Amino acid sequence: MGLAGASVLPFLRSMPAAAQGSDTLVVVTGQTINSLDLHRTGTSRASYQVGVNCYDRLVSFGTKEAIGGGYSYDYQVIEPELAESWMVSEDGMTLTFKLKPNAKFWDGRKVTAADVKWSFDRAVSVGGFPSVQMKAGGLVRPDQFTAVDEETFVIVLDRPSKLTIPDLAVPVPYIINSVVALENATEDDPWALDYLHMTPAGSGAYKVARWTQGEQLVYERNDDWVGGPLPALKRVVIREVPSPATRRALVERGDVQMAFGIPDKDAAELADKIDVFSTPVENCIHCLCPNFAFEPFQDPDVRKAIAYAVPYEDIFKAAAYERGLPLWGGEEAIDDIAWPRKTQYYTDLDKAKAYMAKSGYPDGFEVPLSISLDLASWMEPTALLVQEALGKIGITVEIEKIPGANWRTAVLVEKRLPLHLENFGGWLNTPDYYFFWAYKDGHLFNSSNYRNEEIEELVDATLHMPMDDPEYAPKIKRMFEIALDELPRIPLYQPALNVAANGAEGYEFWFHRQLDVRPLKAV
Amino acid sequence: MLSKAPRLRAILLRVAQAVPVVFGVIVISFLLTRALPGDPAVYFAGVMADEKSIEETRVALGLDKPMLQQFFIYVGDLAHGDLGQSVSTGRAVATDLAKRLPASLELTLSALLLAIAIAVPLGVLAATRPGTWVDHLCRVVVTAGVSLPTFFTGILLIYIFYYLLGIAPSPLGRLDFIYLEPEHITGFYLIDAALVGDWETWFGALKQLMLPAITLALFTLAPIARMTRAAMLTALSAEFIRTARAAGLSSKRVLYGYAFRNALLPVVTTLGMVFSFALGANVLVEKVFAWPGIGSYAVEALVVSDYAAVQGFVLAMALLFVTLNLVIDLLYAVIDPRIGFVSR
Repeated sequence: MGLAGASVLPFLRSMPAAAQGSDTLVVVTGQTINSLDLHRTGTSRASYQVGVNCYDRLVSFGTKEAIGGGYSYDYQVIEPELAESWMVSEDGMTLTFKLKPNAKFWDGRKVTAADVKWSFDRAVSVGGFPSVQMKAGGLVRPDQFTAVDEETFVIVLDRPSKLTIPDLAVPVPYIINSVVALENATEDDPWALDYLHMTPAGSGAYKVARWTQGEQLVYERNDDWVGGPLPALKRVVIREVPSPATRRALVERGDVQMAFGIPDKDAAELADKIDVFSTPVENCIHCLCPNFAFEPFQDPDVRKAIAYAVPYEDIFKAAAYERGLPLWGGEEAIDDIAWPRKTQYYTDLDKAKAYMAKSGYPDGFEVPLSISLDLASWMEPTALLVQEALGKIGITVEIEKIPGANWRTAVLVEKRLPLHLENFGGWLNTPDYYFFWAYKDGHLFNSSNYRNEEIEELVDATLHMPMDDPEYAPKIKRMFEIALDELPRIPLYQPALNVAANGAEGYEFWFHRQLDVRPLKAV
Repeated sequence: MLSKAPRLRAILLRVAQAVPVVFGVIVISFLLTRALPGDPAVYFAGVMADEKSIEETRVALGLDKPMLQQFFIYVGDLAHGDLGQSVSTGRAVATDLAKRLPASLELTLSALLLAIAIAVPLGVLAATRPGTWVDHLCRVVVTAGVSLPTFFTGILLIYIFYYLLGIAPSPLGRLDFIYLEPEHITGFYLIDAALVGDWETWFGALKQLMLPAITLALFTLAPIARMTRAAMLTALSAEFIRTARAAGLSSKRVLYGYAFRNALLPVVTTLGMVFSFALGANVLVEKVFAWPGIGSYAVEALVVSDYAAVQGFVLAMALLFVTLNLVIDLLYAVIDPRIGFVSR
């Protein structure tokens, strides 16, 4: 990497600071890239962008215009990346991929089906997050993958699923140069986790020219990329700046061209000065969750009382600065399968009081409301408003702040928080996938310990069912109906991912909420 | 042989005395990190982890073993100079510290030098002219210095000098992205760039260093100025000064030769304290100026319960503190020959 870095030097040095040219872009972000290998244990979310920009997958998603400006990936359209074409067998169990014959790794070697097989074997074998994500698409064991010949790769499924092909387009199943990886694998480390952690070996649109952990990462274009249209930018510098105030000053002055993931407040204030993209995060809902393990919340009237007491509008203004989409005050009748959807609830204290009065707890009760310190920017204002509102219907709320390191254990693993805020978002954009994680008993994001037999059945039935199956829509609607009536999660609003640009265009939102630098251009 | 070199012997004795302290630090930091809330296996297993993958992560991190066994493995590794692997950065903790400690030291030392350059003369002037405008200025600076939090001063300085006036460079860490970091020799960019004669990078690094160093200096100069003033006042009212004055020595000689030298002892003590305090406390400055220092490293490690990294940080700070105290003790003897460096 030192050698590759040296080649950047003359170019950047000779560049006058004011005219950085149209082929280099500087992006600041508050998150830290801690690994160049997504499959490693402990790799941070911000590092997923390396998987996106430096590696190819077999397929990718299309592009569409996004709400809130700019573009977004399009879940409905699957496009080729390394695969030239693919075929699904009649029974949906066998997927055959033809690789692009001209696809090459950075070292010039042809991308073969054996590389795909090795990379998929790795993703299902290393355990932890990559294996869980692969499993969502029905990819569990190495024996499901076969390299038939150099350019033909076959996946055999245990059962057909509509989630398999989209799951091949998420960052996890990327294709690694298996020859380079194997040269650097050891007996203790057969998947070359130590090597690829620092040194990517892929075929993607960008190579890593320099990486200084905790400071910056410099992408350099791979001119031989065949996975899509050649990117406009030669170099993209990702610079880590932890303080949001500093990031804002930098992008506002135009010294950097993009600030990725800025707070809602800054997005709202910068929107009329520079370009701000606030894309509602698909399949993601900020919720207030009453835990069924806490006795008063087993009473449906109490949960409804809360749903009518929550000051939705104030929360949306104070916590989200109106970035994102409101999710209250909708129709009770469910006639489409869009998710997240507006609930039938709205702020009405009289209704809330009436529900409390007929519940088993007319005199109210005391309950702690737990929030994570890591997510305090939206959780704290929300919690204060909820505390105030619930006080009016006799529920005394005490706010409990939990350190970030402890949060996941308490809320998702032990599921022991009586009343808490939660923000699950599903990568695969189908309602059944959201319900699978957030409403099924025992599943990770079902932090309310909710169990409903009908929901269990409906989720199992719809999870792998094609969305154009005539049975699909009625089942999904029934799922919505139950979940919104029983309220184990009270939807507050759909959050947004905010990006400020000052001299850059072509920004595209992705469900993984990391920056895809490939479509970016300088202006 | 040692009896012939009493100073060397005393130093060795001091180092030997530090051993139980360091061992205590090792035990306490090990126990404290384990007592932290939060489960690293859950954290590092990732967002979608199920119980099986959490368990796999736990085994991979070696956290399934009994605590005593974990401790012996840790101490055994330490004996080989191995501080362990940081899970979040995926590198050896020693590598991380070697990279980040110089960044923090460079910032803290520059800030401290700046603070000394301002605070000591200010303190001396305030003490020699009590009640005048210099004394009041000293009081105002000291009060402002302690009462303004560093992140506030930092953001204010960025706002004025970078955002409004545009004379400060982009607050983007140790070097703007157009420069390459100098070859690693000491890890101090100013020193490394000077050693290889790369003056362009040297100026680049200096420009980036200015604002954060000023921010930190504003914070650290308060105790130094305060202590200098108080120590000078005490020294000036001492009898030997009256004697010196009565003997007709020049006021300059009295002030700097006798009073100041005597006042230096408490000032040096304060310096040592301020230095170690600032090194740990500059995490806020690091965050504001995107400075890749040891403070933000430790905080990030703490947030994700990255045991090896936290332990490595605590140990490094303990060693630094022990060394610093030793140096200060040696300085005492240099400043005031009456303090014999005898082993006690």
